[in-house]
Amino acid sequence: MSAESEQRPIRCLVAKVGLDGHDRGAHVISRAFRDAGFEVIYSGLHRAPDEIVQAAVQEDVDVLGISILSGAHNTLVPKVIEGLKEYGAFEDTLVIVGGIVPDDDKAELKELGVAQVFGPGTSMQETIDFVRENAPRHR
Amino acid sequence: MSEGQIQSDLVERLLDGQHRALARVITKIENRSPGYRDLVSALHEHTGDASIIGVTGSPGAGKSTLVDKLAREYRDRGLTVGVIAVDPSSPYSGGAVLGDRIRMASTLGDMDVFFRSMSARGQLGGLATATADAIRALDAFGKDRIIVETVGAGQNEVDIVKTADTVAVLVQPGSGDDVQMLKAGILEIGDVFVVNKADMEGAQRTVSELEEMIHLRQSDTERLAAGPEGHDVGHGEEVADHHGHGHDDHAGHGHDDHAGHGHDDHAGHGHDDHAGHGHDGESEGHSDDDAADPETWRPQVVETVATSGQGVDDLVDTFERHREFLVSSGRRAERERSRYAEEVRRLFEADISDLVETELDRLGGVDDFAAAIQRRETDPYTVADEVLDPVVDCLEARHDGETR
Repeated sequence: MSAESEQRPIRCLVAKVGLDGHDRGAHVISRAFRDAGFEVIYSGLHRAPDEIVQAAVQEDVDVLGISILSGAHNTLVPKVIEGLKEYGAFEDTLVIVGGIVPDDDKAELKELGVAQVFGPGTSMQETIDFVRENAPRHR
Repeated sequence: MSEGQIQSDLVERLLDGQHRALARVITKIENRSPGYRDLVSALHEHTGDASIIGVTGSPGAGKSTLVDKLAREYRDRGLTVGVIAVDPSSPYSGGAVLGDRIRMASTLGDMDVFFRSMSARGQLGGLATATADAIRALDAFGKDRIIVETVGAGQNEVDIVKTADTVAVLVQPGSGDDVQMLKAGILEIGDVFVVNKADMEGAQRTVSELEEMIHLRQSDTERLAAGPEGHDVGHGEEVADHHGHGHDDHAGHGHDDHAGHGHDDHAGHGHDDHAGHGHDGESEGHSDDDAADPETWRPQVVETVATSGQGVDDLVDTFERHREFLVSSGRRAERERSRYAEEVRRLFEADISDLVETELDRLGGVDDFAAAIQRRETDPYTVADEVLDPVVDCLEARHDGETR
């Protein structure tokens, strides 16, 4: 029985941070993740960075996907990462960002510790494959 | 660090109050990771202080919203809170969207509310065990109140809420059919019934329907417990008369009446009396009776509007009253013991089934046996005996050793 892998789905938190009411993308990705066999926790809209941190820490997720379409990524993402570090949760959480992020900012976010930034037009499969390959497997 | 060291380090950090450690322990419990049993064993001695509240009800009844407000109310009273929200997973992909967290809006950013989503992951029997173990982790962490939330549909959920000290069943107004459905399993385990969305039309009707059902349930229990002798005591010269009427008493009541009746009533009243009772006077008298009797808990019906928080303080008061009742009547200890007995049984079932599964594989797999049965070379009972005989022998050998 391949019980090990069955009993251990990848856990993701799909998070909407800040003043950004556009959640269609977050919904679509949540469903795609679910259909890929992941366990998805959706944060709901308008969350503050420390609320996202609280959820990521308590739910012990492998992956934190932050959806930002407001352009405030340079303010919000560092706060989330700082918070994760504070709780010792940064090293074993794969942080990815989806949304409208200019190329210059992408590099900056990656330097902060974001594993990947997915822009418009990214296929669902590409994101799922990336998560499967990079999700940390803590015991 | 060795596996064992990692475990004890994790336990230490959890007891030290580190959220990350608590989260990781629950993950290990959920995943049945190697060594999770040792973790749970190490935590057990640190548990027993938390009060566990099970919240169940049909989808859309407002469970998550209510749990959010309950957590807020407990926090306002200076208590720390753990929440475990169990959601179903897709039977097709095994994936799940765990949405209960979205409703947690009142206590966001408050780390003294530890909220954890769990998915059913298709492992039916195992979920109750995993939930009980996760509760243990939250208890050992030092949470004062632990809320377990689950959709009330089926045995699996009933098993989960049974791990609670106090079980709250949520009912929507106007859901006559739902109330009917509740009869079949959930009603028996409810200590508190919550008519949520009490601002909706039909709330009063639902309240009285529930009261009526609780009344019937209690008089049933009473009847079974007391037996005919029990009735004799209070009746004196009316004994013969009462026996003649037997339990038709109940049928003779108007619907509305039921809401007001305490169950003790029937034993104490002569039959003729019933007609003469004013309804209002009775309900007052009986609620007093209920409160005064420390030996029985009459399930309470509480109205709430979870979205606005209306009635939530009443609900928490009711939970606290039930908690006091459990402690003072000794039921808490009783419930705890029966819970552990059930847990041990569940573990035995799971472990023995694993053991047998492994043994079957060693013997060539269940398919070979099935084929042999099909060829009429053997039969299911012989196969079962063959596989289990060594286990039986072994256990008997142990028993023999003890008696000698």
